[in-house]
Amino acid sequence: MAAGEASIDALGQFKLHTVFGPIGASVNFTQSNLLMVVAGALTLAFLYFGAKPQAVIPGRLQAAAELAYDFIYNLVNDQIGHEGKKFFPFVFTLFFFILFGNLLGLLPFTFTFTSHIAVTGALAIMVIVLVTVVALSIHGWKFFSYFWPHGAPIALAPIIVPVEVISYLSRPVSLSIRLFANMVAGHVMFEVFATFMVMMAGAGVIGYVGAVGPLALNVILMGFELLVAALQAYVFAVLTCIYLHDAVHLH
Amino acid sequence: MSGDNGGTEKSSFEARLHSARLRQGLEPAATAAKESGGAVPSALGVGMRVGVELVSAMVVAVAIGWALDRWLHTSPLFLVLFVLLGFGAGIANLWRTMGPGRMPGGQ
Repeated sequence: MAAGEASIDALGQFKLHTVFGPIGASVNFTQSNLLMVVAGALTLAFLYFGAKPQAVIPGRLQAAAELAYDFIYNLVNDQIGHEGKKFFPFVFTLFFFILFGNLLGLLPFTFTFTSHIAVTGALAIMVIVLVTVVALSIHGWKFFSYFWPHGAPIALAPIIVPVEVISYLSRPVSLSIRLFANMVAGHVMFEVFATFMVMMAGAGVIGYVGAVGPLALNVILMGFELLVAALQAYVFAVLTCIYLHDAVHLH
Repeated sequence: MSGDNGGTEKSSFEARLHSARLRQGLEPAATAAKESGGAVPSALGVGMRVGVELVSAMVVAVAIGWALDRWLHTSPLFLVLFVLLGFGAGIANLWRTMGPGRMPGGQ
């Protein structure tokens, strides 16, 4: 954290460094990768210990796990339709990976791996490749009619087709930018207000009183960031479902 | 997740619960539906969506145009062309996601 005079190092928190000493350094295993493993392990643990009791009247953890399952199941079923059920594991994994990534990043001394566009970009590319492969395998060459809206005059083809292709290719870009920008913005704001606090406290007794302002803001921001963390994971999952719907049904 | 029977029983229960809650004025009907859609359009959210849609289409278009120019040695012909097309695609994206009747807030 930047405690220096009048300098706010808001982006230093996104720097990667290797963990686990020389072993981690030799394979470039960073704290980002560690948090990804933790996110995956937590998801598995959540489901395993949630499903383990198999009680008719679920306890709290089991209820949470069942609600999570039902939530994504209904999402997939509503958005994609009956054919969408085979994409349920994919959407479920995606949603919980991003959700845990966002939420873990809010804990002190952790790292938000979804704040790196390399990560969100890789997730978005995975989604779009899957969507394209699904569309091609279901519809074959008819998939390319996707780039041609119904009833458009042929004379406009040289404009409409590139525009539709760009629009299709911009999906992974917007998907990744949305998640990454939200996460970066939230964490930069935390850092800025936290630095304000340290700076004000350096100004003596009046500063301590003044530092309550940024502190209160950070507390409010934390609540807001919890919302954003869940919402962005949901948005990513919903958009994946919408794209899969387009792939399965083509218009 | 139980049988067919359980499904109808559950749905009729949901319907009865819903009507009972409506009678008691416990169901904030419209707002609840909106919030579960996750799309209460706040100004920041709308701005973010517009920005992301426009920028992402432009990023893709510029990348394509730049690559074509580099490949065919026609700089800046394709870049100019694809910037225009990218803007069009951005507007098309916007229309598709938040055109009339597609936003929960502004029909």
